[in-house]
Amino acid sequence: MNLPVNIWNRAAETLPREEIRQLQLKRLQETLSLVANKVPCYQAKFKDSGFKPGDLHSLEDLHHLPFTTKEDLRVNYPYGMFAVPMREVVRIHSSSGTTGKPTVVGYTKDDIRTWTELVARFMTAAGVTQEDIVHIAFGYGLFTGAFGLHYGSEAIGASVIPINGGNTDKQLMIMQDYRSSALVCTPSYGLTLADRMEKQGIAPGSLALRVGLFGAEPWSEQMRVELEQRLGIIATDNYGLSEIMGPGVAGECLLKQGMHLAEDHFLAEVIDPDTGAVLPEGSVGELVLTSLTKQAFPMIRYRTRDITRLNYDVCDCGRTLARMEKTRGRTDDMLIIKGVNVFPTQIEEVLFQIEGCEPHYQLIVDRENNMDSLEVQVEVNEHIFFDEMKQQRQFVINAEKRLATVLGVSAKVKLVEPQTIKRHEGKAIRVIDRRNQ
Amino acid sequence: MKVEQISIFIENKSGRLAEVTGVLGKTGINIRALSLADTSDFGILRLIVDDSQKALKVLREQRFTVSITEVIGIEVPDSPGGLTSILQLLDQHNVNVEYMYAFAERVGNNAIIIFRFDNVDEAISALSSHGVKILPSERITSI
Ligand SMILES: [Zn+2]
Repeated sequence: MNLPVNIWNRAAETLPREEIRQLQLKRLQETLSLVANKVPCYQAKFKDSGFKPGDLHSLEDLHHLPFTTKEDLRVNYPYGMFAVPMREVVRIHSSSGTTGKPTVVGYTKDDIRTWTELVARFMTAAGVTQEDIVHIAFGYGLFTGAFGLHYGSEAIGASVIPINGGNTDKQLMIMQDYRSSALVCTPSYGLTLADRMEKQGIAPGSLALRVGLFGAEPWSEQMRVELEQRLGIIATDNYGLSEIMGPGVAGECLLKQGMHLAEDHFLAEVIDPDTGAVLPEGSVGELVLTSLTKQAFPMIRYRTRDITRLNYDVCDCGRTLARMEKTRGRTDDMLIIKGVNVFPTQIEEVLFQIEGCEPHYQLIVDRENNMDSLEVQVEVNEHIFFDEMKQQRQFVINAEKRLATVLGVSAKVKLVEPQTIKRHEGKAIRVIDRRNQ
Repeated sequence: MKVEQISIFIENKSGRLAEVTGVLGKTGINIRALSLADTSDFGILRLIVDDSQKALKVLREQRFTVSITEVIGIEVPDSPGGLTSILQLLDQHNVNVEYMYAFAERVGNNAIIIFRFDNVDEAISALSSHGVKILPSERITSI
C-alpha cells in the first residue's frame, strides 16, 4: 500500500480483536452499573428483564437486555435519560424530530474530550493533517455535526473555517480566497457546491480542495464518484448520530472500504429489524449501538434504524476496528426495487436540488413481467413549470438522470397537476407499492 | 405591443381542457386564441384571453399551475410566402421562435399569428423596422 497511513491513536485503533473484546466487556460492565444506578428508564428495563448488571459475564449476555428506542427518548424528554446531574453537563445538543419533540442529549467534559478524540481519529483516517484548512459547512447550532468536526480539526491542529451552512456563493468565494483544502458538509450540499462551481466556471483544479468528509445523510457510491470528479477531491464517508454522540462513531480511511467504528467506545450489534434477533457476523441489518464510555447520556442497545453491515477483517490500513458499510438508509421507509434499497429521502433530496424547492411527490412501485418499476410522480408548481415544452421536458430528463445516479435504479418521472397526490392528515402519502396487490 | 399569454399545466387526461375553459366561461372571460402543446403525459395549454389578470386569479384559485408569458401578435399577409418572409427576417436578426400559433379571427385579409420569441424586444424592433405590423395588445384581446 502506497498511501501514507496516519493513525491518530495507534494503540487504540490497532488493538488486537481479543483485546478489543476484553476492553468492551470491562467498559460495558461499568456502563451497565452506571445506568442501573442513575437512569430510571434503565432501572425499569433491568427489572422487567430480570437481568442485573452483575449477570454480565460476556458481551453476548447483553442480548438479555431489551433495546432502547427513539420512543424511550420521547417518553423521557427532555432530561430523563441523563445519568449525571445537570451541574456536570457542559453541553446540550438536540436532533430535529421530524414528528413531535426533538431528542435532547448531554455531554460532560469527559464526553466532549472523547468526542473530540474520535472525530480526530476519523479525520486523520480521511487524510486531514495539521497542514489543512478545514472548511466546515455544517450548520453550527443544536445539530452535532459542525461542533464535532470543529473539535476534531482543532485537536489535529488544522485551521478551521467555521463557515456554517448555506450561502453557496460566499462559500465558494471563501474556498477560493482562503484556500480551503478539506471540505466538511453533507454529500448533497457537496453536489450543490459542484453545481454552482460549474455555473460560475470555477474549475475544481483552481481550488486548493484535496479531501471531502461527508456525513449526516446516506449517500451512494455513484455520488462519491460524482463528488470526487466534480470537486477534484478524495471523498470519504463518516457516521454518527446525536443519540450516540454525533459524528465520530465511525469513519472511512482512505481505502474507502467501510467506516472504522470506534469499538473501544461503542459496542455494535446488527439485528433483524423485524424480529429483533441478533444476526451473524457479516449480515445486513439494523445497527444497534451501546455506548461504553459515555457519562452524561449512556445508551444501551440503541436501535439506530440505520441499515448496514459490519466487517471484522483487519483493514489494509492497519486498523483492527470493525468497518461499517455505508448506511443503506433507514429501516422505517426503505423500499427494495430491483434488489436495490431505495429511500424516499434520497428522492426528496434530488428533487430539492434540481430547482431548489421541494415539490410534493409520490413513489409508485409496481411489477410488470416480473420486473420492478419505479415511477416518481411530481406535482407541478410554479417553480418547476415552464411555458416552453423544451424546458419542461428537460426538467423531466434532468430529474430522471439525477435519480438514476443517486438511487442506482432507473425511475420514470411523471409530472402531475397540483393537489392530485393524496394527502393524509396534511402529509402526502409518499409510497404506493402495488407489487403485493 | 406585448401581449400577456396565460400558460397552464394540464395532465393528459380527458376533460381537463374542458375544465379550464369551463372555469373561464363561468367567470365571463373570453378566450381569443388557444394552443395546446402536449406529450403523452402532460400538456401546456396557452391562452390569449380578454382579461389575463382575472383569468390568472381564477385559475390559481382552482389550483391550476399557471404562468404568464409575453408574446406578440403579428399580422401576416394571407398570401404564399407571407409567413416565410417574416421568419427569414427574424432569422437574420438572430431571434428564435420558441413557438407560434394562429388566431382564428383575421384582420381584413391578414391572418394573425401569435409568436413567442427568445428575445421579444429584438424581435419587435426588427419587425417594426421592416414594416411588419404588430398588433397592439388591446386590439388582440378585444378581437
Ligand atoms: Zn482502514
